Amino acid sequence: MYPSDYRYTKEHEWIKVSGDTGTIGITDYAQHELGDVVFVELPAAGTKITTGDVFGTIESVKAVSEIYAPVSGEVIEANAALTAAPETVNSDPHGAAWLIKIKLANPAEVSSLMDAAAYQAFVSEKEASA
Amino acid sequence: MTSPTTAQLRKTALNAEHRRLKAKMVNFGGWDMPVEYSGIVSEHMATRTAAGLFDVSHMGEIEVFGEDALALVQHVTCNDASRLAIGQAQYSGLMTPQGTFVDDLLVHKISDKHYFLCVNAGTQDQDFEHILANNHTGAQIENAGARYSQLAIQGPKALAILQALTPVPLNSVPYYHFTFGDVDGVDCLIARTGYTGEDGFEIYFPPDQSEKLWNDLMEAGSGVGMIPCGLGARNTLRLEASMCLYGHEIDDTTTPYEAGLGWICKPNKGEFLGRDALVRQKEKGLERTLVGFEMQDRLIARDACGVCAEGKAIGRVTSGSPAPFLKKNIGMAYVPPVFRAPGTEISVEIRGKQAPARIVPMPFYKRAK
Repeated sequence: MYPSDYRYTKEHEWIKVSGDTGTIGITDYAQHELGDVVFVELPAAGTKITTGDVFGTIESVKAVSEIYAPVSGEVIEANAALTAAPETVNSDPHGAAWLIKIKLANPAEVSSLMDAAAYQAFVSEKEASA
Repeated sequence: MTSPTTAQLRKTALNAEHRRLKAKMVNFGGWDMPVEYSGIVSEHMATRTAAGLFDVSHMGEIEVFGEDALALVQHVTCNDASRLAIGQAQYSGLMTPQGTFVDDLLVHKISDKHYFLCVNAGTQDQDFEHILANNHTGAQIENAGARYSQLAIQGPKALAILQALTPVPLNSVPYYHFTFGDVDGVDCLIARTGYTGEDGFEIYFPPDQSEKLWNDLMEAGSGVGMIPCGLGARNTLRLEASMCLYGHEIDDTTTPYEAGLGWICKPNKGEFLGRDALVRQKEKGLERTLVGFEMQDRLIARDACGVCAEGKAIGRVTSGSPAPFLKKNIGMAYVPPVFRAPGTEISVEIRGKQAPARIVPMPFYKRAK
């Protein structure tokens, strides 16, 4: 379910690192909790984001959810396709519905995030208590 | 995120069925209720185009009996229940002495000596206490919620689906009328009412028959596109149809006139709680009125967002949401009457920005007859 080469946060974002570039999205658990996504608001290229800060907003029919930066860096690109097709966040959260690509400020930061097994255990516990 | 469920939450007789269907559950007015099954958008669209089945057993029922039943109903509600024929229902308001809402409700006349009130889930106990405290007649009152489950079958195919399970000729039950009859071997109160803007029925029956009725209705309807629907779609459907929700458009600080519900306010029927305050408000004119608006860009207004016009704060959003059928972002808000005209430009404060919106006529959605 959760790609083994991604890292994860407790706020249900994922990041995939390639060199000094990170691609960030929200997890399948997060899209399921949100329900039908109808609006995505993302920062412009050049925006600096800081670990733990809000960098964007995803809205479903029912709810507004803020998206937190898993690590610090500078936005290279936001996924413009989500403006016209926000529902991609529901159908392909770990792939086509990536949110932003950033140039990592400190690539070592990523290692402090959960790996796939740890994140799977984290959400299994949440689902069991629901 | 959904609230964790706890042991104190009240459950309908279909709780296990909702969990088996993997519905997302939320605490709604103290009840553990399904907010969505397959998704709000698909549930909303199914109800507009085919049918939706809703467990609304959390709704409360209060029954009023006796020679003075009508006198008590007339005293505590603002609509004129004396106009009801046996087998007819009306939308009404349970009033405070200030002419504000204790709750909104449906009043069903079963006989001259028996009225059946359907009230909101979160307010049913205080509604009952309020009616009890204001009963200066010989009428008897029963807080009867535990004796009923309620299912809503809504949408253009609702009649045909329900008809397959009952000998009652449903076409002979007009809108806002009801009858008693057998559905699937169960004695039901069958009302042609709803909270979606579609044709449909709400049926009331003993809770121990809930699983049987739910499953047999699903079997009758699934072949023609009926799906189970949760409170999420119930909310977007009622908002598109511009129906008020207690705690949002109406509460104990708002009057029927402010909420655009002057049509349920009948001061000429004689004395009732809040009558004098309502007559005074009507003479004096309103300070605020409920309006509908459409967002002019992609931003979505949400409940409690501030509303501005001409550079100043003028009110607050009571309900705001994407409208899945209309494919627009809509909402309702209280504003001074000077801003009520359709076409008036307003703005809604969303995450610190003023997002443009425009007043539009209500209802946003009206089904083709």
